[in-house]
Amino acid sequence: METVVFYIFAALSVAGALLVITHNNPVSSAISLVLTLFSTAVLFVLLLAHFVAAIQILVYAGAIMILFLFTVMFLNLHPEALRFDARNMAFKVSVLLVVLLFTGYFAGMGFNKAFPGGAASSPPPEGFGTVEGIGKVLFTDYLLPFELTSVLILAAIIGVVAIAKRREN
Amino acid sequence: MSVSVEHYFVLSAILFVIGAYGVIARRNLIVVLMSLELMLNSANLAFVAFSRAHNDMTGQVFMIMSITVAAAEVAVGLALVVAVYAHRGTLDVDILKILKG
Repeated sequence: METVVFYIFAALSVAGALLVITHNNPVSSAISLVLTLFSTAVLFVLLLAHFVAAIQILVYAGAIMILFLFTVMFLNLHPEALRFDARNMAFKVSVLLVVLLFTGYFAGMGFNKAFPGGAASSPPPEGFGTVEGIGKVLFTDYLLPFELTSVLILAAIIGVVAIAKRREN
Repeated sequence: MSVSVEHYFVLSAILFVIGAYGVIARRNLIVVLMSLELMLNSANLAFVAFSRAHNDMTGQVFMIMSITVAAAEVAVGLALVVAVYAHRGTLDVDILKILKG
C-alpha cells in the first residue's frame, strides 16, 4: 500500500516538475508547481511528517503560489517573451552535468557512510512529526534560529516594500 | 518490498536536476524562480526523508526554516521581477545583463 502511494505521488511530482520547465505559459507552470508541491506533501505524510506536510500545503502550495500567480497576472506578459532557448545552452548544461556528477558522487559516499548496509526504517519514537513533537524541538533546542527567522522575514518585508514602492518623480 | 529512504533520496535528486535544468535553460525570470522553488523543495524532501531515517525531528525543524527562507526569497525575488519589468519591459534573462561588465 505504502509502496503504491509512494510511486503514484513520486511520478506525479516528477511529471509536475517536468511540466513546470516545459510549459510556455507561466500560469500553467505555476499550476504544475502546485501539483509537485502537493505530491511532495503527500510524500511527507508517508514519512510521518504530518505537521510539515500541513505547512507545505499552507505556505508553499498556498501562499507562495498565490504570490507567483499574482505576479504573473499583474505583469500581463506577452506570449513571445516566453521562449525556451537560453544562450550558451551546451556550455551551461555541461557545467551542470559536471557539478551534478561530483555532488552525486559525494552524496552517495556520505549516504553509504551514514547508513552502512542500507537504511532500515525503525518504528518512530512517540510524537514523531506531530505539532507537539515539532514544537518541543523548535522552542527548546532551536529557539534562537526560530527567532532569527522572524528577523529575516522582517528584513524581507522591508526590502520588498522598498523595492516595489513607486518612485514619486 | 517497502519504500526506503533511498527511494526518497533518488526522487529528491531527480527533482533537483529538473529544477536545475529549468534554472539554466529557461529565459523567463518568473519560471527561473519557480525552478528555484523546485530545487528548494527537493532539498526539503531530502531533509524530511533523512529525518525519518534517523528518527530525529531536527530535519523537519530545518525544513520549516527552509520554507521560511524560501518564502522570503520568493517575496523579494518577485518584487525584483516587478521592478525589473517596470524598468526594462522584459523578463528575458539573456537581455537583462546590466550587471555584466
